[in-house]
Amino acid sequence: MMEWETVIGLEIHAQLATQSKIFSGASTAYGAEPNTQACAIDLGMPGVLPVLNREAARMAVIFGLAIGADVARRSVFARKNYFYPDLPKGYQISQYELPVVQKGQLTIDLEDGSSKVIGITRAHLEEDAGKSLHEDFHELSGIDLNRAGTPLLEIVSEPDLRSAKEAVAYMKKLHQMVVYLGICDGNMQEGSFRCDANVSVRRTGDPKFGTRAEIKNLNSFRFVERAIEFEIERQIDLIEAGGKVVQETRLYDPDQGETRSMRGKEEANDYRYFPDPDLLPLVLDDEFIAAARASLPELPDVKKQRFVEQYGLSSYDAGVLTASRELGDYYEATVAALGGEPKLCANWVMGDLAAFLNKENRDIAQSPVGAAQLAGLLRRIQDQTISGKIAKEVFEALWAGEGDADAIIEKRGLKQITDTSAIEKVIDAVIAANPEQLAQYRAGKDKLFGFFVGQVMKLSKGKANPQQVNDLLAEKLKG
Amino acid sequence: MNLPSPTAMHDQTIARLGAGLAAGEFSSEELTRVFLARIEQFNPGLNAFITVTAESALAQARAADERRRRGEAGPLTGVPIAHKDIFCTDGVRTSCGSRMLDRFIAPYNATVVENLAAAGVVMLGKTNMDEFAMGSSNETSFYGPVRNPWDLDAVPGGSSGGSAAAVAARLTPGATGTDTGGSIRQPAALCGITGIKPTYGRVSRWGMIAYASSLDQGGPMARTAEDCALLLGAMAGFDRRDSTCVDRPVPDYVALLDRPLHGLKIGLPREYFGEGLDGEVARVVEAAITEYRKLGAEMVEISLPNSQLAIPAYYVIAPAECSSNLARFDGVRYGHRCENPKDLLDLYTRSRAEGFGAEVTRRILVGTFVLSAGYYDAYYLKAQQIRRLISDDFRRAFDQVDVIAGPTSPTVAFNLGEKVDDPITMYLSDIYTIAVNLAGLPGLSLPVGFVGQRPVGLQLIGNYFAEDQLLNVAHRYQQVTDWHQRSPVAFA
Repeated sequence: MMEWETVIGLEIHAQLATQSKIFSGASTAYGAEPNTQACAIDLGMPGVLPVLNREAARMAVIFGLAIGADVARRSVFARKNYFYPDLPKGYQISQYELPVVQKGQLTIDLEDGSSKVIGITRAHLEEDAGKSLHEDFHELSGIDLNRAGTPLLEIVSEPDLRSAKEAVAYMKKLHQMVVYLGICDGNMQEGSFRCDANVSVRRTGDPKFGTRAEIKNLNSFRFVERAIEFEIERQIDLIEAGGKVVQETRLYDPDQGETRSMRGKEEANDYRYFPDPDLLPLVLDDEFIAAARASLPELPDVKKQRFVEQYGLSSYDAGVLTASRELGDYYEATVAALGGEPKLCANWVMGDLAAFLNKENRDIAQSPVGAAQLAGLLRRIQDQTISGKIAKEVFEALWAGEGDADAIIEKRGLKQITDTSAIEKVIDAVIAANPEQLAQYRAGKDKLFGFFVGQVMKLSKGKANPQQVNDLLAEKLKG
Repeated sequence: MNLPSPTAMHDQTIARLGAGLAAGEFSSEELTRVFLARIEQFNPGLNAFITVTAESALAQARAADERRRRGEAGPLTGVPIAHKDIFCTDGVRTSCGSRMLDRFIAPYNATVVENLAAAGVVMLGKTNMDEFAMGSSNETSFYGPVRNPWDLDAVPGGSSGGSAAAVAARLTPGATGTDTGGSIRQPAALCGITGIKPTYGRVSRWGMIAYASSLDQGGPMARTAEDCALLLGAMAGFDRRDSTCVDRPVPDYVALLDRPLHGLKIGLPREYFGEGLDGEVARVVEAAITEYRKLGAEMVEISLPNSQLAIPAYYVIAPAECSSNLARFDGVRYGHRCENPKDLLDLYTRSRAEGFGAEVTRRILVGTFVLSAGYYDAYYLKAQQIRRLISDDFRRAFDQVDVIAGPTSPTVAFNLGEKVDDPITMYLSDIYTIAVNLAGLPGLSLPVGFVGQRPVGLQLIGNYFAEDQLLNVAHRYQQVTDWHQRSPVAFA
C-alpha cells in the first residue's frame, strides 16, 4: 500500500436555506405533495424568465468570505444543456467560466492532531433539477418538480485530499461551516448536503495524476468513506493486474459496499455551456459585500481558539463545544448564568447532557434542559449543596421536567449533609457495624478505606459530603 | 397637401378612432364589430389570423365602453388590436405558429398583453407568424403562409407577417409584433405600414415566447408613427419579471412627435446602398431622403464597415440561443407529444421531429453545432466578438449623426414560394435590419412608396432609447406625405 498515493477532490452540493427558489418565487420547503411547489417558471413554460434570488447571492458571498475566497465582483450565469425529464427547460442554469466564489481554503484537523489546508477551487450558484419517481408508476416514470429551481452552492475542492479519512474530515468541516453560517440546513437525508468524489491513485512520487473516476451522489459521511476506500482498492487492484482506470462516472451501492460504472466517457454529454442571455451578469458592489461581511457569525475555528483562551479548555473540549453554533451558544450561556466554572460547565455539557441528547437522538436546540436550568444545578454542586453524584440524579429529574434544580433537591431531600456531627454519627455507626474490617484496616490493609467510604455514603443515601467523609473517616479509623 | 378624408371606421388611425370613441361618435362594441366582420370577410383569403377571439373581444369592448361611461378611459380604451401569436394570452391558444404548440393554452398573460389590456385595448385575436418567429416570409408557419394584401401572390414578410398583413388590410388598426432580426420592420416595409423595434430592454419579454433571448424585442405595428407612439407608450416599461428589462421612465412619445427636423443629421451608411439593393427600391428610398432634406434635415454619408458580418454573426448567435430556448419543447409537460412513445429517447425525438418544421429544425441543428465542444470558440465566441464590432460601428456613427436611414429590405415583397428552398437568399432579405438587433438599438420602418404595386419601407435607426426621436422623424414625414394612408384596393 505504501507505494500508492490517493488523490481525491470533492464536489459538494449545499442546498441554500432560502425561502424561495433561486429564479422563481415558489417555496423551497421540503416534503410537499409532488408538483405543488412548482410555478410556471419552475415548469419551464413558454415565455417565462428567471430572476435571481438576492438572498441566494448573499449566501454565496457569505460562504466565500468565510473561506477567505475571492468573491467575484462580476460573475456570469451559464446554461448547461442536456435533456432529461426532470430538467424542465432542457438546461440547468449554473455558473461556468466565472463563478461567484473563487479560490478559498479550509483547514481540516487530522487524526494525529495535525492540521492541513485544503484548497477550494470555486463555489458557484446553480439550480437543482426535479426528481424522477420510478416507483408507484407501472412501466412509467413520474416527475416531481418541487425541487426544480432550488438554489444550490456547488463547492469544488482542489485535488488536495490524500485519503478517505481526509475526505470525510473535509466534508465534515464544510458541513459544519455551511450550517454555522446559516446558509444550509445540512440535512443530508433530505439531500441538502451531498457529495461527488473524484478519486484517482498514482505511484508515490509520480508527479502526474492518475485517471480519475467520479463517484456520484454520496449523501452520508459513512458512504463517502466507504465508497472512496472501495474505489481506491479497486483502482490499485486494477492497475496492479495490468489494467487501466477509465475516466467514468460510478455509483456507490451502499448495500453491496461497492462502486459500479454508471456511464462511460463515450456517452459523455457535451453540455454546450454558454452565458444565459436571460440573466445579466451578477455584479456585486462593495456595499452588498460589506453587508454580507457584517452578518458573518464567529467562525468555528475562531470560536474554538477563543474557547481555549477564554475558558481554559483543552483544544479537544473546545472543538467539541464549538461543533455547532447552537452548542457553543448553549455552553456560553451556561457559563454566563453560573458566573464562572467553565471547566465544570464543559464537563456537564459534554458529559451528562450530551449523553442524554444522544440517547434520545435530539440536538441541543431540542434539549428539555435549558442553559439556565443546567447552571442552576451546577451552582448547587459549586456551593456543595449536593455532590456530583447526587447531581446526576437531579439532572435526570430536570430532564424529566420536574422543575428546577432547587425544587428537585428540596422535594427529594437530596441536600448534602455537611454537618460534621451528623456525618460523625454515621461514621460511628458504620465502624460499630464492621469490627472485623476495622481490625484488618488497622493491621495495615489500607485498601479497606474505600470500603468504609462506600458504607458511609450508602448509609447517608449519598448525601454526606464526600470530602468531609474522607477527612473524618481517616481520623476515626486511626483510632 | 390635400389628403382624402377617410370616413369608414376601419380606414382610420388609432389616434382618430380614440378621438371618435372619446367624442361618442361610436362605441367600442360597434368598432369591434366592424373589425370582426372584416376579419370574417377577408381573413380566409389572407390567413393573417391564427385565432380570432370574437366573443371575448366583444366582452372587452363592452367593458371598455363601461369604463368610458365611468370616465376612466384613456387614449387606447376600446381600441381593437391584435397580438402576434408569440405573446402568451391567458386562456387563449398561443401557438407561436407551430404544431408544437397547436393546442397550447397559455396559463398567463405576457407583460405586453397585460400592459395593453390595462390601457383598455380590445384583443381581436392572435396573428399568424413564422414558426417560433424563424422566417422572413411567414411561410414557415404551421398554419400556412399569410398573403400580402397589396398583391396576393406576394409574401407579407416575416416573422410578424400576420400582424403586418392584418394592419395593411385594415383587419385591425394596430398589432403587436416581435423583432429578432427584422421581424417587425421587414414585414412592415413589405406591407406598407409603420413598425418600430424598440431598444433591447425597453419592452418586457415576460410571456413572449423566446426565439433568441439576447435579440428578441416586442414592438407595435400600425399605420402611422403616431399610432405606434400610442401603442409603444402603453407596451413599454420596467418589469421586474424580466432581468434584461431596463428601469427607465417611458417618455410621452405622442407629445414628442411634432418636433421640427431642422438641423437633424441623418446618416446614410454607404454599405446600405451598395450591391444587393434593388435599383427601384433605391430610387424610392432616395426620393424619401429628398423629402427629408426638404424638411430641413442634413444628410451625412457614413460607414458601418462591419455590416457584411451581421448576417453570419446573427446566424450563429440566434440559432445557438434558439437551440437552448426550444429544448423545453420535449413532449413531457405540454405541447406536442408523439403517439405511443416506446421509450424516453423515442418520446423526445419523435415529439420534436413531428412538432417542429424544417426551418426551426435547421436552426436548432445549427445552434447545437456551434455550441458544441471544439466549435464554440470558432463560432459562438467569434460571433460575439463580431457583435461587439458591429455595436462599435454604430457607436461611432452616432457620434456624427442623430439617426441613420436606409432601405428596410433590399427588395420589395417577393413571391410566395420564391425563396422557400433557398434559405441563404431568404436570410439576405434581413441584411439591413439584423445589425440593429445585434447592437440592441431601436429601429423603425415606415412606408415611403411603391415599386409597382408592392410597398417600399425606409428604415430609421436611432441611438439607445431614442424611440421618441425615431417616431418624431417618421411622424414629420407622414405629415407631408400620404404613403401611410394608401390602402390596398382589394381591402378598401
